[in-house]
Amino acid sequence: MTQETHIKTAFEKRKQQAYGITLLVTGLIIYLLFGLNTEAGLLTTFGLNLAGTNAIPIDDLIVPAQATVYLMSAIAAFVGAYQLARGVRSTGALLGIVAFTFVVAFLTWAAAGKSFNLTGMLTSSLVRATPIALAALCGVISERSAVINIGIEGIMLIAAQVAVVTATLSQNLYVGLILAILIGGLVAAFHAFLVIRFKVDQVVSGVAINIFGAGMTSFISSRFLQKATDALNNSGTFPIISVPGFSKIPVLGPVLFENNLIVYLTLLLVVVLHVMLFHTPWGLRTRAVGEHPKAADTLGINVYFVRYVNVILGGMITGLGGAYFTIGSVGRFDEIMTAGKGFIGLAAMIFGKWNPIGAFSSSLIFGFADSLQVKLQILRVPIPSEFLLMAPYIVTMIILTGVVGRAIPPAADGQHYEK
Amino acid sequence: MTNVLELRGITKRFPGVLANDKIDITLREGKILALLGENGAGKTTLMNILYGLYKPDEGSIAVHGKEVEIHGPNDAIAQGIGMVHQHFMLVPVMTVTENVMLGIEPTKNGIFLDKEKVAGRIREISDQYGLDVDPNAYIKDLPVGIQQRVEIIKVLYRQADILILDEPTAVLTPQEVEGLFMIIDTLIKSGKSIIFITHKLKEVLAVADDITVLRLGRVVGSINPKEATTEKLAVMMVGRDVNLVVDKKPAKPTEPVLVVENLYVRDERQNQTVQGVSFEVRKGEVLGVAGVQGNGQTELVYALTGLLPLEDGTIRLLGEPIHRTTPRNILERGVAHIPEDRQRHGLILTFPIHDNMMLCTYYKNPFARGISLQEKTIFSNAEELVGQYDVRTPNIYVNAGTLSGGNQQKVIVAREFSRPIQLLIASQPTRGLDVGSIEYIHQQIIKKRDEGTGVLVVSSELDEILALSDRIAVMYKGQIMGIVDAQTATKEQLGLLMAGIHPSETAQA
Repeated sequence: MTQETHIKTAFEKRKQQAYGITLLVTGLIIYLLFGLNTEAGLLTTFGLNLAGTNAIPIDDLIVPAQATVYLMSAIAAFVGAYQLARGVRSTGALLGIVAFTFVVAFLTWAAAGKSFNLTGMLTSSLVRATPIALAALCGVISERSAVINIGIEGIMLIAAQVAVVTATLSQNLYVGLILAILIGGLVAAFHAFLVIRFKVDQVVSGVAINIFGAGMTSFISSRFLQKATDALNNSGTFPIISVPGFSKIPVLGPVLFENNLIVYLTLLLVVVLHVMLFHTPWGLRTRAVGEHPKAADTLGINVYFVRYVNVILGGMITGLGGAYFTIGSVGRFDEIMTAGKGFIGLAAMIFGKWNPIGAFSSSLIFGFADSLQVKLQILRVPIPSEFLLMAPYIVTMIILTGVVGRAIPPAADGQHYEK
Repeated sequence: MTNVLELRGITKRFPGVLANDKIDITLREGKILALLGENGAGKTTLMNILYGLYKPDEGSIAVHGKEVEIHGPNDAIAQGIGMVHQHFMLVPVMTVTENVMLGIEPTKNGIFLDKEKVAGRIREISDQYGLDVDPNAYIKDLPVGIQQRVEIIKVLYRQADILILDEPTAVLTPQEVEGLFMIIDTLIKSGKSIIFITHKLKEVLAVADDITVLRLGRVVGSINPKEATTEKLAVMMVGRDVNLVVDKKPAKPTEPVLVVENLYVRDERQNQTVQGVSFEVRKGEVLGVAGVQGNGQTELVYALTGLLPLEDGTIRLLGEPIHRTTPRNILERGVAHIPEDRQRHGLILTFPIHDNMMLCTYYKNPFARGISLQEKTIFSNAEELVGQYDVRTPNIYVNAGTLSGGNQQKVIVAREFSRPIQLLIASQPTRGLDVGSIEYIHQQIIKKRDEGTGVLVVSSELDEILALSDRIAVMYKGQIMGIVDAQTATKEQLGLLMAGIHPSETAQA
């Protein structure tokens, strides 16, 4: 028997059923949680215009709340039933439907009788996704060369602090930005030195960097920064740059074309890294070193050099991510202000299958969950705010527990290379 | 005729080992030099020196009569030396083109990879030498024989005229070996020179123009293939007379001990690698499972020993189903397992020999009483087994990892045979062992058979299968292509089955 005559096996049947049942349950949950709790006759207003932007104003989207929730419930249930009966191959599309129906129903219910600004939330999703995406990109290029960098969180904290202090002292945000990138590269170089030269366990070295970063920055913050906030810890932030013309597009304009420098740099980096990784000699060598370092070595590629370069580049990207927290958003440093974004970035990297565009897309999901949580607190949804704060982390866990199926890391990921 | 390559007085020491001791070899232009030796004779070390992966302690290398220094693969490539490694140096998730261009990537505009250019060149090389390789295929989708051709293309793309083939036939079916020999012939005709490293005596006689034999890091001698016989070469290689045939009496099989019906198994990546396999093993017989590696044999053995769950089918041991039970339960019912990867699954390398000798029964009397281990019994048990199975070790307290491959395998055999067993499952039992150890392990397996144990031997070495088996099952793509009587089976017949072709089909064609 060959691959062509492949019959549906018990395993595939179980998988098909699992997806179908998930969709049916989603439909039921939407109905029970949101449908029954939405009063008939209420309208939900989704605001599409954002105050203070250049976008041409358009009409807001106003929908009947209960009918929309029921519609979402019906869509999920119908697709679930179809899946049980027939079976669809594309598991990604199915999960998309689960997520889409649930989120739309949830928002419609939460904002029933009120108004909810959709454009505002998408804008803040991208902004909140930025540091996650930068952490994820660092993870991607580091791990593509088979070096795990779990110290991203620590590096971001250090870079955030360096950025704001140097920017405040020099009265120049660009000085802060460049020094943040350099310090990121420097700490990563230290990590690379430990794990490549001395073959220290990669996770241990990363954890050490995290502990050092958290401790050191908190110490400096409480000892110096809090006592001299204006002199050391008040830099201001990069201004919003509106892209002429593009920023006038409704919805898309405010979301994509009215951001600060770091957000634009992130978008640029996603594209550049993707092209570099898959269409240049550097990328080919990086991937080869991550998959089969011995093969690369026998072709005369310096495995260690490739790894140093990648880890340091990754550290510089993380440094940029660190700078975002201070000079890119609030203009001052607070203790442990990264709040696990570095780790969420690593989750985004895995969810994005070690691929820059994938990693960025999954960062957007986390950013969305994060910004949703904030908006819902404003809407006074009858859910305790503690639970809402958990949203990004719950999303991380659900995604990592394999909703998407198994992501396969580079084959040599995390392994030392011995000649 | 000139010598394209001369190695003079190459010496390489590793801590505690003299891997190469003043080795001289000469490769004549347009000829095939066979480098023959057992595992550990120093062949691979020597070639790694030639390829620049190791630095020799003494000695010189001359290419085309000119002395050269080789500090790394780049130098070797620059001298026109190319190597086809025993374990292929290919990145499975990349295409043929990407693998070939790696390291010397041509670019468009100085930035972007020029894959079309390389793909075109691959097609040219492929046509010129009759290799039939698709540049856009992913390595992981290619059969092993084709992967080897990709390795050859990699070497030719770098314009090598001296090719080193390290154990090139180890992973091939007999037909693929024929194909490789034809490719080698084409290469020689177009002026390349080849060093062919192997420990298989018949192949040497089939292809070589010159033969140099290595033993324990030294050149034992060079011989002209016209004057050589397999017996003569074996003596040179091993240093003593060896018995190349396993002595065994005809089997006296009785009732079935293992009955497998319609077995389906998925591997860890969820690929269905065993697809509807049925067979039985009777007491007092050896059933050999032949097949090119990676055709489901590993997963079959894992399923039989409880290490992988079944998707479908039944496994019965002495009439009782064992497919829904635990590995411990299976071994308590009398199944012994000599695993394929002895270092990962057979031993705990960082444990001393005495602990490795009781890994199956450590929790039972007499090794444990209550919560405490009985050290005295453990030591005396190990002493006894080490003596009985001739494990060469300074004492029983050294770690298993310090032993040679042959002695590690003896530890496993001693442990598994020291308890009462009904069924022996031996997977690649002699892989990587020297001729002496192979002889010993084979004798032990036949001894167990004659005591009335059912034996299942899985091996990708056809010679081993033919030497041990009473019946032979051939696996191809997760299925058993046929079960034949070992008495009447021929290599050609088995080779066709291993390639997925029923001999009757070809007869009709």
